[in-house]
Amino acid sequence: MRVLNMVQAINEALDLALARDERVLVFGEDVGRLGGVFRVTEGLQAKRGEGRVFDTPLAESAILGLAIGLAMGGMRPVAEIQFAGFLYPALDQILSHLGRWRHRSRGRVGLPVVVRAPYGGGVHTPEQHADSPEALLAHTPGVKVVIPSSPDRAKGLLLSAIEDEDPVFFLEAIKLYRGARAEVPEGYYTLPLGKARVLREGKAATLIGYGGMVEVMLEAAEVARKEGVEVTVVDLETLVPLDEETLLEAVRATGRAIVVYEAMRTGGFGAEIAARIAEGAIDYLQAPVLRVAGYDAPYPPFSAIEHLYRPNARRVLAALRKALTY
Amino acid sequence: MKPKVVQYLEEGEFPLAEEEALRLYRAMRRARFFDEKALTLQRQGRLGVYAPFMGQEAAQVGVALALEAKDWVVPSYRESALLLARGLPIHTLILYWRAHPAGWRFPEGVRAVNPYIPIATQIPQAVGLALAGRYRGENWVVATSIGDGGTSEGDFHEGLNFAAVFGAPVVFLVQNNGYAISVPRSKQMRVDYIARRAEGYGMPGVVVDGNDAFAVYLEAKKAVERARKGEGPTLLEALTYRLAPHTTSDDPSRYRSKEEEEAWRAKDPILRLRKALEERGLWDEEAERALLLELEEEFQRELALADEAPEPRPEEIVEHVYKEMGPDQKRAWEALRRGLHVEEVE
Ligand SMILES: Cc1ncc(C[n+]2csc(CCOP(=O)(O)OP(=O)(O)O)c2C)c(N)n1
Ligand SMILES: [Mg+2]
Repeated sequence: MRVLNMVQAINEALDLALARDERVLVFGEDVGRLGGVFRVTEGLQAKRGEGRVFDTPLAESAILGLAIGLAMGGMRPVAEIQFAGFLYPALDQILSHLGRWRHRSRGRVGLPVVVRAPYGGGVHTPEQHADSPEALLAHTPGVKVVIPSSPDRAKGLLLSAIEDEDPVFFLEAIKLYRGARAEVPEGYYTLPLGKARVLREGKAATLIGYGGMVEVMLEAAEVARKEGVEVTVVDLETLVPLDEETLLEAVRATGRAIVVYEAMRTGGFGAEIAARIAEGAIDYLQAPVLRVAGYDAPYPPFSAIEHLYRPNARRVLAALRKALTY
Repeated sequence: MKPKVVQYLEEGEFPLAEEEALRLYRAMRRARFFDEKALTLQRQGRLGVYAPFMGQEAAQVGVALALEAKDWVVPSYRESALLLARGLPIHTLILYWRAHPAGWRFPEGVRAVNPYIPIATQIPQAVGLALAGRYRGENWVVATSIGDGGTSEGDFHEGLNFAAVFGAPVVFLVQNNGYAISVPRSKQMRVDYIARRAEGYGMPGVVVDGNDAFAVYLEAKKAVERARKGEGPTLLEALTYRLAPHTTSDDPSRYRSKEEEEAWRAKDPILRLRKALEERGLWDEEAERALLLELEEEFQRELALADEAPEPRPEEIVEHVYKEMGPDQKRAWEALRRGLHVEEVE
């Protein structure tokens, strides 16, 4: 099978969606002629036309508003926000409307909107280009949040997100865009939203994360194996709706849980996971649930030290040792 | 150049067919009737917080009647007159203002969406809805509405710019009633007419006497026609005044004078139109009495329908969050349906 990187896999998914359903529209800042600042939409406008793939003026709130209105009118918009840190001007549209319309119209107005945004650090982006705002989004009723960790998963999950009748945030780890490569099946396929995956199994502890943290967890697991410690690794993939069943089962089997996320630690999505584990698996726990996360500070724009902010295998292993010796 | 304020009634002009003028009057009178009833119901504790539109009937009804059946209305909270003229059933509107879920699902046939509460957020959404009609080849026009205060919000700017860039078939109605709750227009902006801003977006801007139903209706018709022909959006500023409080929780005596209110009461859009109709021999006291009788009967019928709506079920809280309930909603739904809270279930 051919090997693709994340950019290519997502591009292919968008192209397939545009071909399959004429209601699908792809738009955002620079997504047209340029093909997006990360080239995720490269070639799509030339292939599918300016009506289907187009540049918008530079205004995130209106991009979200436009997407909402288009979906109200029966279209299936896939909007790109250039960086997740630039979702903030659109927060009113997101919090007040995107996730609320179905509820406030008692089911009359459902919004099949997908919002794609690159997120996360690790590649020396300029200031404010490395935020991980997934907890903000997950804290919004009525929206779903999906964060893929590899190209093959990204393709199938994005196609599911576009088919979904509810709004879906699809966050793409910038570090994985060209860093993650995988065999990606040809043609149209979907992968279910709301299902976590167990990537490897071990008896010692359970590592839980998503998106850009999955490769970090796998690297830590590999090092641990060399030291004779086998751990389970869970890739959540969908934060909302959360697959609590798979999560709790994986934790009960080991009795130790370490949650890994690159957003700021306090109030992060990992705190939600820790709470769910406390509620649903406390009797199985042999150590406190530990979090390995970004420090309680803005993501540092200082390139010589920024790598210390984002969790890495060393930090995960340190937490693992703590959990094992508790 | 100062924009010209379009008006007809002041000059004694009668630019409409008689039937059309009567249609406007009946719809405006019906809206006013509802507004008065709603205020009474609210005082009796039979309605929630209510935002009256009294005084702004010409602006809202004038735009509503300029639309075709396939067109959409994207209103804000003060647009009950617009919604009524658009065909939203009175009992639905009562239930809406009762904050009863049965009033929040507007019937399929009514091409209007629920009113918006966060100011100006409707503007970019109206643009999207308008473009959707173009994609689908249905060529519908969207009329959306905002107040003078709302034009200070970023979404107003972003939405108008988007509409102009995409040539979206939208009519932006600004009901300039001089106040944003208590803040007068002079503290909201330094421009004399809001419609002047249209030029900055590259779209036509029109100012009308918003208490002159003929002016609103005819200018709205032109804007709708332009939109339908693919010539893009229009900013329509209607100069008007709200004769009632901001909402039933507001006390306007704290920020505006009795004299000012009285001066505007003399320009009541319904009285002005009625006078024009009477001068033409199209209306009289008897016609008015007959209409009011009809409206009373209709209202009582609709009120009875609203009163019949069953009590909201507790589990409705978590319904319609997603198309398919997620595990968290499901758990809550099961508990609430049994009259329990989630904490009370194993
Ligand atoms: C984003 C936002 N900020 C504040 C409010 C509170 N608020 C409700 S109505 C209003 C004034 C609006 O004035 P205007 O746009 O002139 O409309 P009018 O009420 O006069 O019809 C304010 C401040 C709100 N609903 N939404
Ligand atoms: Mg106002």
